[in-house]
Amino acid sequence: MKAIYNNLLGGRQGVIGLALLAALIFLVLPMFLDIFRLNLVGKYLTYAFAAVSLVLIWGYGGILSLGQGVFFGLGGYCMAMFLKLEASSPENTAIQSTPGIPDFMDWNQLTQLPWFWEPFNSFPFTLFAILAVPGLLAYIIGVAMFKRRVGGVYFSIITQAIAAILTILIVGQQGLTGGINGITDLKTLHGWDIRTDSAKYLLYYINGGLLIGVILLSRFILSSKLGRLLLVMRDKEDRVRFSGYDVSNFKIFIFCVAAMISAMGGAMFTLQVGFMSPSFVGIVPSIEMVIFAAVGGRMSLIGAVYGALIVNYGKTYFSETFPELWLFLMGGLFIAVVMFFPNGLAGLYEKHGKRIMEKIKSLRRKPTPPAEKTLAAGNDTSAAAREAA
Amino acid sequence: MGGYTLTELGSIFVMQGFAGLSLFSVLLLMALGLAIIFVQMGVINMAHGEFMTIGAYTTVMFSVLTAKFAPGFIDYYFPFAMLVSFLIAFGIGYFVEFAMIRHLYKRPLDTLLATWGLSLIMQQIFRSAFGAREVSATLPEWLLGSFQPTESIDIPLNGIFVMGLTVFVTLGVFYFLFKSRWGLRVRATTQNRIMAGAVGVNTRLVDRVSFALGCGIAGIAGAAFTTITSTGPTTGTLYTVDTFLVVVFGGAASLFGTIASAFSIAQAQSIMEFFMTGSMAKVLTLLIIIGILMLRPEGLFSIKVRK
Repeated sequence: MKAIYNNLLGGRQGVIGLALLAALIFLVLPMFLDIFRLNLVGKYLTYAFAAVSLVLIWGYGGILSLGQGVFFGLGGYCMAMFLKLEASSPENTAIQSTPGIPDFMDWNQLTQLPWFWEPFNSFPFTLFAILAVPGLLAYIIGVAMFKRRVGGVYFSIITQAIAAILTILIVGQQGLTGGINGITDLKTLHGWDIRTDSAKYLLYYINGGLLIGVILLSRFILSSKLGRLLLVMRDKEDRVRFSGYDVSNFKIFIFCVAAMISAMGGAMFTLQVGFMSPSFVGIVPSIEMVIFAAVGGRMSLIGAVYGALIVNYGKTYFSETFPELWLFLMGGLFIAVVMFFPNGLAGLYEKHGKRIMEKIKSLRRKPTPPAEKTLAAGNDTSAAAREAA
Repeated sequence: MGGYTLTELGSIFVMQGFAGLSLFSVLLLMALGLAIIFVQMGVINMAHGEFMTIGAYTTVMFSVLTAKFAPGFIDYYFPFAMLVSFLIAFGIGYFVEFAMIRHLYKRPLDTLLATWGLSLIMQQIFRSAFGAREVSATLPEWLLGSFQPTESIDIPLNGIFVMGLTVFVTLGVFYFLFKSRWGLRVRATTQNRIMAGAVGVNTRLVDRVSFALGCGIAGIAGAAFTTITSTGPTTGTLYTVDTFLVVVFGGAASLFGTIASAFSIAQAQSIMEFFMTGSMAKVLTLLIIIGILMLRPEGLFSIKVRK
C-alpha cells in the first residue's frame, strides 16, 4: 500500500499536484467555461498527451524525438478513418458516383475502398490500430536507430525527416488520405452523434480521465527500476552498458510507450475536434509539442500538461487578437525557455514556489515570538564580543 | 518508361540531371555552411534556412534598387549583391552567436530549440518587412537564355552560373579549413577545445567566426537561389531539414562526403521527379536516405575516430 502511494502517486507532493490538476480539469474548467471553450481546452489536453510522452523520452530518456507529431497524427488518422467510413455509408453518400466510399475518394475517381481502409470498418480493430500502428512504427524506428547506437542529434534529425515524409505522403496521396484537407465531416461513433454538446462534454471527461491515467502510468514506469535506468542512461550511457544492461532495449521500450501515448492523444483529438489533417503531423506541430513539454518542465509530468494548456491558450488568444505578434512570441518563448528556464514552470516552482509555500506554512504554524529574536541578537553580540576579546 | 526513344531518354537524363545540378548547387552551398556549424561546432542551427532567405532578400532588394536608381548598372549588380548578402548574413550570424549560441555549447539539443525559435522570429520579420508574397530578382541579361549543345538538350545559363559559383565557394571553404591559419585554429578547437585554448588559440573568437562564416555561406546560397526561383518568407525553412540530411548522410567531418551526398540526393530527386509526381519523388528520396542511414549510421564517408 505504502509502495503504491509512494511510487504511483509520488508521495504527498505528487498526490497534491495530481489532485489539483484533476480538480482543474474536472471541476473548475467545466464550471467556468461554455462548451465551445471547454471543447478547445479538450483539444489542448490532447496535446498534453504528446507533451507527457516527451517528458518520458526527452526529459528522462534524453532522447529528443521530433516525431511525436507523427505518432499523434497516426493515432488521429486511425480514428478518423473509422469515423469516416461510418459517415460514408451507402445511404449518406448516395449522390456519389460510387456510393459507400469516403467523399474525397469519389472526387479522386477511386471506385473501390483501398485495402488498408477495409479493416477500419471494425471498431475493436480501430482501437487496436490506434495503439498498434504508431507502436509498430516506433518499434521499427527504435530498433533501427538504437541498436546501432544512433542517438542525440542524429536521432532528432532523422525523426524530423520522418515527420516530413509522412506529411508529404499524406498530402501527395490525395485519393487515399484526403490530402491537405485531411479527413473531414466526421459525424457519428456507432450511431452516437459526436457533434452534440452532451457528446462533447462526455468526450472531454473521457479525455481528462485518460490523461490522468496516462500520467499515473508514466509515474509507475518512471518510479520503477526502468525509470532509474533511463535517468542513468541519459547521464552516463556507457556505464549502464558496462554494467551489463542492454541499453537499446530500454530505449526502444520507452520510445514505443511514448509513441502510443501520443497516439491516444491523437485519437481523442479527432473525436473532439471532428477532423484530422496533415497539419497536425508534420515538422512544425512535432516541434511545438516539444515546446509544450519544455515550458511545463521537461522533468515534470504534470508540468507538461500545464505547459500544453498555457502555450495553446496563448496561441489561440494571440492568433485571434494579434496574429502578427504570435510568431514573435512563440519564437521568443522557445529562446527564453531554453536560455533562462531550462526546467520550465516546474523548475520555477521548485526554485521559488516551494520556498514561498514553506514560508507561508512556517508563518501559520508558529509566529516567531519577538523575545527569541532579541535573545538571538544578544547571543550574536556576545559572540562578537568574545571574538573581539 | 515506355513511349520514349533512347535519344529522348538520353536528353531527359541530361536535362533533368542538369536541373538536379542546380538543386545540388543550392543544397551544397547550404550544406557547406551547415557542415561548419554542425560538424565543427556541434550546434544544430535550425535557422540556417533563414540565413539563406536573408541572402535571397538582400539580392532581391539590390536588384529592385538598381533597377530604380541605376538602370545602366543592372548587368553588373549581381556580384556586389552576393558580397553584401554574405556580409549581412555573416554579421547577423556573428551577433546571434554572441547573444545566444555561446551560452548553449554544452547543450546541443537545446540549440535546436533555441534556433528554431530564432527561425520563427526571422520568418515573421521577413513577412512583416517584405510581405507574404514571393518576390524575385530581375536577373542581368547575361544570366538569361540557355545553352544548346544538341537539338533536344536545353541547359539554362543561370544554372551554369550557379554551378560555377558553387565550385568557387567550395574551393574557398576547402582552402579556408585546410590550408589557412584560421582553418588550423578551427580544426584544433574542434578536436580538443581545452588544449587549443592552452596553446593560445582564442577558442571563443574561433567559434564566433566559424558560426558567422557558416551563416555567411548560407547567405551566398540565398543569392544563388534567387537566380533559380522566387523567394518567400518561408522558403528557407523548406531547405533546412534537407540540408541537415545532406550533412548527416554525407558523414560527419568529411567535406567530400557532404559534396557526394548533396550530389546524389539532388540527382536522385530530380531524375525521379520526371517519372513520378514531385511529392512521391521527394518521399522516395527521403526514404532511401533514411534507409541507408539506418544501415550506415555514420553516413557515406566517415573518419574513423576513437571515442
